[in-house]
Amino acid sequence: MDLGRLASVAVAAILVNNVVLARLLGLCPIVGGSRQVTSALGLGLVVGCVMTAASMATFGVYSAVLVPLHIEFAETLAFMLVIVGLVRVAEVTMAKVSRGASRVFGGGLPLVTANCAVLGVALINTEKSYDLLTATVHGAAAGLGFALVLVLVTGLRERIELSPVPEALKGAPVILVLTGLVALAFLGFSGLVIE
Amino acid sequence: MSFRHELAKGLLRKNPLVGIALGLCPAVAVSTTLRNGVGIGAATASVLVGSNMLMALVGRALPLKVRIPCLVIVVAGLVTIVDRVMTTYMPGLRAGLGIYVPLIAANCIILGRAWTSAGGGLAASLADGLGTGLGFGFAICLLSAIREVVGSGRLWDAALLGPNYNPMLILVLAPGGLITLGLVMGLFNLFKQRG
Repeated sequence: MDLGRLASVAVAAILVNNVVLARLLGLCPIVGGSRQVTSALGLGLVVGCVMTAASMATFGVYSAVLVPLHIEFAETLAFMLVIVGLVRVAEVTMAKVSRGASRVFGGGLPLVTANCAVLGVALINTEKSYDLLTATVHGAAAGLGFALVLVLVTGLRERIELSPVPEALKGAPVILVLTGLVALAFLGFSGLVIE
Repeated sequence: MSFRHELAKGLLRKNPLVGIALGLCPAVAVSTTLRNGVGIGAATASVLVGSNMLMALVGRALPLKVRIPCLVIVVAGLVTIVDRVMTTYMPGLRAGLGIYVPLIAANCIILGRAWTSAGGGLAASLADGLGTGLGFGFAICLLSAIREVVGSGRLWDAALLGPNYNPMLILVLAPGGLITLGLVMGLFNLFKQRG
């Protein structure tokens, strides 16, 4: 396997085509999400693990079930079932491993709202017909990109809570504008093409 | 709970997009032209009405433990139908929307509304679905009209602002979408505060 191509897929997924800032997936947990950088990091890493696992699992389902049966059109349905199952596994594991963690994440709700980013990554994997290794790397890198943006935006949110924001912009609107500014900064990475 | 009351709730007071900030990903990602906005709005609304009514019909028969997987199957199945219909009759529009059509299956608004309407009254679920769907569609059309006019000087692919207008390209890109949505939400809050 060509290591250079894998690296370019990874860098592109983290910085250039960031899952949140360029593809605009998984905005709900970013906007409605955590208020502390530490819990944001935890949530980001859990979502990253789910994305990696989902990339592998959906690749398996797609190539072992959907393609032989010629029912590729059912990928949305099959992928959603796989992802919902994985998210449930992640929630249960988190609750077992540490009671504190699941309390911080508020009963797993943010994880469910991250579904759309996970499904998006899985759909991109099949759209670009990545093989198993590339799909896994892409999933992991997209997860890292998600965690990075979640931590960045949560850090900004901590600052903005102490600032005088106009009444109408309080809450989600100002976070969206802030995320937009972070996305603007990330546009600078778009010249970064590694072939 | 009258029919009109439910409709008004979805459109204004609890508008899913600009009121309670759900379903953000498709809203920002494809709202670059009014045509796309109408397309994704109509697709989302039809899935929403269908899933609400189906869940109202069969929800009571489903035990709580299997309700989420059933919900996912219902929603993803409807999305697949809408996707096939769009691919057949509106291939151009479908190609422009890309992975964001299958992503309707992971839309938090749809899953949330279908969850609450499980086992509820049929008429109330229909009104709720219509109100939420129209509210989402209205907000996304407004957002995409603003972005298309300011970002490219055109509306519904027709030149609007003349050749001397220098388009603000950033509004069509991802950061502009985030910032515009934040500001539209702020405007909406302002109207809400005035009563």
